[in-house]
Parts: sequence; structure tokens; C-alpha cells
Amino acid sequence: MASSEALTTTGYIKHHLQNLTFGQHPDGTWGIAHGAAEAKAMGFWAIHLDTMFWSVLLGALFIWVFRRAAVKASAGVPSGLLNFVEWVVEFVDDNVRGSFSHKNDLVAPLALTLFVWVLLMNTMDLVPVDWLPELAKLMGIEYMKVVPTTDPNATFGMALGVFVLTVFYSIKVKGIGGFTAELTMQPFAAKNPILKILFLPANFFLEFVSLVSKPVSLSLRLFGNLFAGEMIFILIALLFSGGAVLFIAGGVLQWAWAVFHILIVLLQAFIFMTLTIVYLEMAHSHH
Amino acid sequence: MNINLTLIGQSLAFVVFVWFCMKFVWPPIVTALNDRKTKIADGLAAAEEGQQAKAKAQEHAEQVTSEAKEQAQEIIRRAEKRETEMVEEAKGNARTEGDRILTTARGEIDKEANMAREALRAQVAALAVTGASKILSREVDAEAHAKMLDELIAEL
Repeated sequence: MASSEALTTTGYIKHHLQNLTFGQHPDGTWGIAHGAAEAKAMGFWAIHLDTMFWSVLLGALFIWVFRRAAVKASAGVPSGLLNFVEWVVEFVDDNVRGSFSHKNDLVAPLALTLFVWVLLMNTMDLVPVDWLPELAKLMGIEYMKVVPTTDPNATFGMALGVFVLTVFYSIKVKGIGGFTAELTMQPFAAKNPILKILFLPANFFLEFVSLVSKPVSLSLRLFGNLFAGEMIFILIALLFSGGAVLFIAGGVLQWAWAVFHILIVLLQAFIFMTLTIVYLEMAHSHH
Repeated sequence: MNINLTLIGQSLAFVVFVWFCMKFVWPPIVTALNDRKTKIADGLAAAEEGQQAKAKAQEHAEQVTSEAKEQAQEIIRRAEKRETEMVEEAKGNARTEGDRILTTARGEIDKEANMAREALRAQVAALAVTGASKILSREVDAEAHAKMLDELIAEL
């Protein structure tokens, strides 16, 4: 907390942006990193326990709720939970039907999972920034970053999954030849074989960049939006230690930003889902 | 904010959740939705059919009612006709019966009158004979003059 004397404003912000990282210290021992520098020193073979915990918890929540509805699902009159779940499913199904014109049983469940999962992870942003970290502190956990989508690992992880699927279906539908041709024979197309070879490096460069930019932009868009939103919540939370007037101002601001943030939370989840569908549609269609 | 093993963990979680959703969440819900869609469509079609059947039944009922009404009218008409017929018949019967009674009575009366006349004639004949015998002051042989007396009676 900003009010505690041990922490300065910068410290407070840094503390909030620090994941609970578990990994091997440079001296060979395994443990939780204390501070950003130690976490960085652990290199790639470290894991963010908080990100994993919250994302898996929320994913499990999604699976549990929707599975319960799926078990209850029948052609009869739906009620309560089933009604809600069916509404979500139909919303996703409509979107998939609108953007995806091929036959693939994976795309719709994939879109549903991504939409609800990302939405749930984003929604963690609306929980006041200090509640869960303070609770964790009471339980003896030093760092706790509760919004998994503010961790680029989480967004990259999902985007990587989507990217692998995109490449997989590109090759499956068009063959290795077709996929390679797509990467090398456009946008500069030529009939002449010599020209084709001449154009190849430029084509490959452009297409490769556009291929790789898809997962990068997909994950960075989500991460950037949520990280920025979280950052503003943290900055607003700083006001709470600045006396009565700032406290009230902070309360109002936090409420206003939270209301606005609902839009971002929902919109980013929707964009993530829609772009996933679009990328898979592109993977399925011939150019 | 380092890229580390979390990336792989997240990818794995992603795969597991998507797989689970694809296997156990999406199919039952979508199947149920489609089933319900067909059920509702069937229900609507059945309702439509029922409505049509109802209209047909109503039409039929109306037809039957009007037929029954017609029949009732016909029966009434026939009954009325029969009634008048019966009355006429009764009247006729009564008339013939009356006539018959009248004729019989008339015959009876004639007979009676004739009988009375005969009796009167006999009596008159007797009186005449008596009178004549008195007038003549002599005995008239009744037997001898019977033929003459009978002729006299017949003249009366």
C-alpha cells in the first residue's frame, strides 16, 4: 500500500506490476523471486504462479459453468443458467457463422472458449486493485497480479495457440505447396519463372511479416489494453493515500474508469474472438 | 513482465480448455439448440394443422347443424301435413258415420212409420168394418168380405 512507509509511489506501482515468479535463482536454488531483478535473472525457465493460478481458475470456472449447462441442455424449455449459456453460445455461433464459411468443428468451440475465458480474465481488472494482493499478503504471498491478460505470457500463449492452428489448417487445406506458394508467390506475382525467383525474397519477407504479425498483434492488442487499464487503476489507487479530497476524487474516478473499463473488457474479448475466427477463415480460403 | 515458461503453461491451458469445450460443452448445447429449433418448428406446424382441422371441424359442424335443422323443418312440415290429413280423415269418417247413422235412423223411422201405418190401417179397417156393420145393422160376414176389406186397407 502507498500508505505504508516502506513503500514509495514507485515502489507501489512496481509491486503491483510484479508477477509471483517461481524459478531457479542464479545461485542454483529454486524459489520465489523477490523483485523484478531477481525474476529477470531467472530467465526463461521460470513461471508466473499468479498468472497461471488465475487463468486456470477462470478457465476452469468457464468449463464448469458451461459443462453444467451442457449436461442440463435438452430440447425442452430452458431456464436460468442454461438460458444464459445458450445466449452466449448463440452469440458466438452467430459470429462464427458470419465470418467463417468453411466446415470445421473446432472453430466455434475455440471462439467460445477464447471469448469467455478472455472475458473472465479481463473482468478480474474490475476487482479493486488492492483487494486480492492484500489478501494474498495476509496469506504470506508477496506478489499477486490478478489479471492474467495483463501478463504478455498469457496473451502470447493464447495467440500462439491460435497461430499454430492457423498454420496447421493452412497446410491441411492448401497443402505444403499451397502454403509455401502463399508465402512466396504474392503480393508480387509473375508468370515468368525468372521473375518469380526474383520476387521471391521480397514476397517472402512481406508475407512472413504479415504472418507473424497476426499472433503478435493479437496478443499485444489484448495485453496493451488491459495493461493500460490496470495501470490507470493503480494510479487512481494512489489517490487514496492523499487525504480526504483526493480520496473522494479517487473513489469517483475509480468508479468512472471501472464503468468505462467494462466496455474495454468486453470489447477486447470480442475482438480477440473475432480476429481468431478471421485468421482461421483466412487459413481455410485460397488466395 | 518477462517472457518465460508461463507462455508454454498458458498455451497448454488454452489447448486443454479448447479441447474440453469442443468435446463436452459445445456439442450438447448446440445439439439441444437444434433439437429445440426443430421441436418448435414441429409444434408450430402441428398448431397450424390443428387450427386447420378445427376450421374444418367447425365447417363440418355447421353443415351438420344446418342439415339437422332442415331435417327438423321437414319433419315438422310432414307432421303438420299428417295432422291436417288426420283431421281431414277424421272429419270424413265422422261425416260418413253420421250419414250412415242418419240413413239407418231414417230407415228405422220409415220402418216404424210403415209399421204404425199398417197398424193404423188395420185399426181403421177394423173400425170401418165395425162402422159399416153398425151402419148396415146387419151382420157382415167378416170372412166373406175379407177380400174386400183387404182391398180397402190397401187403399188407405
